[in-house]
Amino acid sequence: MEAQRTAYHKIWETHHVAGDPLQRMLMYVDLHLVHEVTSPQAFSGLRGAGRKVRRPDLTLAVMDHLVPTWERSRETPDPVGREQLRQLSENCTAAGIPLLDLYHRRQGIVHVVGPELGLTQPGMTVVCGDSHTSTHGAFGALAFGIGTSEVEQVLASQCLWQAPAPTLEVRVEGQLGQGVTAKDLALGIIREIGVAGGQGSIVEYSGSTVRGLSMEGRMTVCNMTIEAGARAGLVSPDQTTVAYLEGRPAVPRGHEFAAAAERWLSFASDPGATFDRRVHIDASQLAPFVTWGTNPSMSVPVGARIPELAELPSESAREAARRALDYMGLEEGTVIEDIAVHRVFIGSCTNGRLEDLRAAAAIAAGRRVSPKVRAMVVPGSGAVKRAAEEEGLDRIFREAGFEWLEAGCSMCLGMNPDTLAPGERCASTSNRNFEGRQGAGGRTHLVSPAMAAAAAVLGHFADVRQLEPADLGATALGR
Amino acid sequence: MEAFSELEGLVATLSRDDVDTDQIIPKQFLKRTGREGYGEACFFDWRYDASGRERPEFELNHPAYRGAEILLAGRNFGCGSSREHAVWALSQMGFRVVVAPTFADIFRTNALQNGLLPVALDDATCADLRQRAGRRDGYRLIVDLRAQEVRDREGRRASFHLEPFWRECLLAGLDPLGMALREEEAISGFERVRSPLLPTTRHRWE
Repeated sequence: MEAQRTAYHKIWETHHVAGDPLQRMLMYVDLHLVHEVTSPQAFSGLRGAGRKVRRPDLTLAVMDHLVPTWERSRETPDPVGREQLRQLSENCTAAGIPLLDLYHRRQGIVHVVGPELGLTQPGMTVVCGDSHTSTHGAFGALAFGIGTSEVEQVLASQCLWQAPAPTLEVRVEGQLGQGVTAKDLALGIIREIGVAGGQGSIVEYSGSTVRGLSMEGRMTVCNMTIEAGARAGLVSPDQTTVAYLEGRPAVPRGHEFAAAAERWLSFASDPGATFDRRVHIDASQLAPFVTWGTNPSMSVPVGARIPELAELPSESAREAARRALDYMGLEEGTVIEDIAVHRVFIGSCTNGRLEDLRAAAAIAAGRRVSPKVRAMVVPGSGAVKRAAEEEGLDRIFREAGFEWLEAGCSMCLGMNPDTLAPGERCASTSNRNFEGRQGAGGRTHLVSPAMAAAAAVLGHFADVRQLEPADLGATALGR
Repeated sequence: MEAFSELEGLVATLSRDDVDTDQIIPKQFLKRTGREGYGEACFFDWRYDASGRERPEFELNHPAYRGAEILLAGRNFGCGSSREHAVWALSQMGFRVVVAPTFADIFRTNALQNGLLPVALDDATCADLRQRAGRRDGYRLIVDLRAQEVRDREGRRASFHLEPFWRECLLAGLDPLGMALREEEAISGFERVRSPLLPTTRHRWE
């Protein structure tokens, strides 16, 4: 009898090209996503060695990291960034790699666009020179970020040398409370296991709570796997996965679809498959979280206070908290809801999809952004933007005083003109609250889209569960 | 890849955990398209004040650490972004080895790809070495990859482990891409039997 296997092991075994699968093997890559920032040196490396791109037909390039979010007719402001965009165009043309450039209607954040097009499918291996490639694990794919040297290797060989990794099951059971979202689940998991809690491991998220999440929610959770230090995170494919994929451009149609769906579902972890480690999370105990520090594990429920240093378990934790509070301009013990914000950023590969924008709009509807706050909504892709506009979400945001912008990574990492000024405090739906992440001296607090919208209208952090969400169902959403 | 077998070098300490690659090389330097010129920008916001002067309170700015080739760091070093620029910056700042209790996965691979040796030693050993290097009296370590051992002139020894694949790559200066391309037959063979149901990017994306 064959042993029960995890999704990870099934993917691993079906991508063996050469070498020893128990030590280090050459693994085939089914989809390679490329963007402007981490690829130029890889392409020049290839050129220098006289090597060619092996499979441009398994490669897709997108401009996302440094594209301005203002109207596309305006030029990208800085010449160094323009040169990087130009090189991506040139490199893709030369190699025959399809490119979604600044002006393409499908342009957007690479991790929003791939799934939207149906390019990410269960059982695949997906890599990209970007740590948030873990997002694609939501489909039951093995997806992880790589550096530029490995980008070059995949371009040339469509393969990577990989060692097998231990597995970590994060089993989530229980009902998420009203106003508690996939983002809060992600922050809750990181709070529980720490920013290095997944180190070296492949995480599989399981349990009834995860099964109950939409694909958007699963992407949010898998996206932040890297913030727990894991190599990759995935969710076993199920009917939710199949239903999301049906009809997408890169997905087979007709009788081929049935065959593909059957193949996809075969990659789900077998019942009773064993993991090297297990963690249990009770979803009913989670609340909307707000980070107060400079890494994503430094969070508390919105109703709580920033911890007192004396409460922290170790001297190194106290030292890290002291440093973080100093950077954040905050005191220990401060009530989270007393913290005022200057900026609000709704978007990113973590929370820039339609479901995220709906959640934020339900809070924004009929309210006004605080006069002390500048609030931006940056859809994750051109397709998300158009879909949101069809539902009238853009009107809700604009009427409330939010800026409604063009798709890109934007202020998640501030490589484009959207940055925080030194000392500015931001409620952000992105994934990293590292020092200077959104701009040198900027102070980032990670929250869910609804929590970000609540902070925008009240001018400080607030428990979104205390705010009546608008019922957008009948009117604006037209659903 | 540049080969690495043994190095004796000055040790500098960076005594904090969870140093992310955004700190090692901030975003504004990622717009460049070359692999050179990142050394000056390494730890940019920690290293320099707004006027571009070195901050004396930043550990690595201490005069005793000038010319250090071994960085003794905290747990989970290099977490966050996959930017390989972080490794280029550390190398170009002069480091050949990073010693830490643990490393973030992507950083570790990036380091190995560039011949920057990540040496994982347990917490207690790192704490002891940190104390020695913290004297700032020119404390040096010998890092011996063949023996998988670090030692000093005071008789302190500690062994570390590196997977055989990377040990061979580093000792011989082998290039993992070249090694992959030598498997051409296996790659082509794999491609012939891949499922035809798998997607390609050849579409008119509309």
